[in-house]
Amino acid sequence: MKELEELHLPDGIGYTDDHEWARITGETVRIGVSDYAQDQLGDIVFVEMPAIGDTFAKGDEFGTLESVKAVSELYMPMSGEVVAINSDLLDSPELINQDPYGAWIIEIKPSANSEYAQLRTAAAYLDLLKG
Amino acid sequence: MRYLPHTPEEIAAMLATVGLTTLEDLFAAVPTDCRMTDPWPLPAAKSEWELNDHLRHLAGTMGVNADTKVLVGAGSYHHHIPETVRSLAGRSEFLTAYTPYQPEMAQGTLQGIFEYQTLTARLLGMDVVNASMYDGASALAEALLMGLRIAKKKTKVAVSKAIHPHYRAVVRAYLQPTAYEVVELDYQENGRTDLSGVDLSDMAAVALQSPNFFGVIEDLESASATIHAAGCLMIACFTEPLAYGLLKNPGQCGADIVCGEGQSFGIARSFGGPGLGMFGCREPFTRNLPGRLVGETKDLEGRRGYVLTLATREQHIRREKATSNICSNQGICAMTAGMYMASLGGTGIRQLARLNYDKTQYLKDALVGAGARIPFASPVFNEFVVEFSQDFRPARERLLAKNIVAGLELDALYPQLAGRYLFCVTETIGKDTMDTIAAEVRA
Repeated sequence: MKELEELHLPDGIGYTDDHEWARITGETVRIGVSDYAQDQLGDIVFVEMPAIGDTFAKGDEFGTLESVKAVSELYMPMSGEVVAINSDLLDSPELINQDPYGAWIIEIKPSANSEYAQLRTAAAYLDLLKG
Repeated sequence: MRYLPHTPEEIAAMLATVGLTTLEDLFAAVPTDCRMTDPWPLPAAKSEWELNDHLRHLAGTMGVNADTKVLVGAGSYHHHIPETVRSLAGRSEFLTAYTPYQPEMAQGTLQGIFEYQTLTARLLGMDVVNASMYDGASALAEALLMGLRIAKKKTKVAVSKAIHPHYRAVVRAYLQPTAYEVVELDYQENGRTDLSGVDLSDMAAVALQSPNFFGVIEDLESASATIHAAGCLMIACFTEPLAYGLLKNPGQCGADIVCGEGQSFGIARSFGGPGLGMFGCREPFTRNLPGRLVGETKDLEGRRGYVLTLATREQHIRREKATSNICSNQGICAMTAGMYMASLGGTGIRQLARLNYDKTQYLKDALVGAGARIPFASPVFNEFVVEFSQDFRPARERLLAKNIVAGLELDALYPQLAGRYLFCVTETIGKDTMDTIAAEVRA
């Protein structure tokens, strides 16, 4: 497993305490998991995703990541309606291990853009990990 | 054999470590009214020969002996158990092995369970079958919970009233403490479930049994169309898997989840247990399947091997989010059913199912010829409901005196069917027995 200083935590996205990230892409927001999350889980073998059209509130569980040793729930960093899922992950869940910030999981139409500002910056997220 | 592994010295050492003197001190936190104070009222120990005598005497007091002809099914079926099954299942490698907690050490057990899963999947027409559940009733309750997990936002399930009453009682026991609601569907005059009376669109899943408790073969294909059109999952349940030797299997009829009792396959009735919960589903639902699952794989050298797979569904990994809190299986019963299916083969199961069906038709015709009425007109497999023109109890008593148990009185299970009887005819019932029954009905 990686040391904290080895983690890749890019700026320009918002992080949650549950290790998801959110990136604003025009009208929509893409959601994935952090380098820390994929590293902790190990080889990811299955991604359970919601259906397009499902609506969730911030903090709701929207799916699960299954690795060879554990299962972890995914929680919404912001409220909104699912407008797309990354179907590449159905056949290649390992993309999350290879490129956690490229391998987005769902794309939502946020119901409140203001929620983005409540997320952690990369520096604040690293502070969280340092405890 | 001693079942307590600790010696008095070890117990004393452990007590000393926690700072106590006696075992009584250790249990002091348990309220006295919750503790047993009187010793067990057990008789003195017997010698082996005395014990044998005692058991022989008890066996002699049973109403049913080895010569009794039993025409009662209702969820527990009197089938011949081939000697191959008895002798293989009695081997200590299978019989004394517990559920594998260090599974990959027990390749033989895993292979046996994998073969059971494969044969059961073929019989039921399912993509995946688990390593088994406790019995048919708990399997149905688990199937309904699985349906609720898959449907996510729905909170109701529907079960047919033609499902075994004991199964429905177990379903109620499982779901009663939850926020989920169980709706029961009436049966029609022909003995099949009526899907028209209830708005199904609220239901996560709809469960039917076929053949149902009355022996009636449900029209699973048209039920599947109705259930799926309403956006629900279809659960097909059974008490008599032998029927699928003859009938189109539930998977082909469109069922999403299939579950039921496997006792018919080489397992003695044994006063009602242990049973075998058979459980399978279509592939897209695999990650919601309860119970253990054995998979086939290759080792580092490319040799075939068996593993417990998809274990992340189970409670030792997923904790409270597990698909079930059953993390065991009916190992020896599943193994036995696998041996039974392998012993008979596809052709044997088909022939045996045909024999059950034909014999049942013979008794049905004989009883109608003797003046009885068949209240449910739909086709049946090896059970059927009979209505007699006069009180059947005297004839049933005369038949009991001839060591024939003629049918099950339905009064207690279905008060609206009071006075009717449920008959079951398996391969073990001869023509002479059926003729005797018809003659007593006529008399």
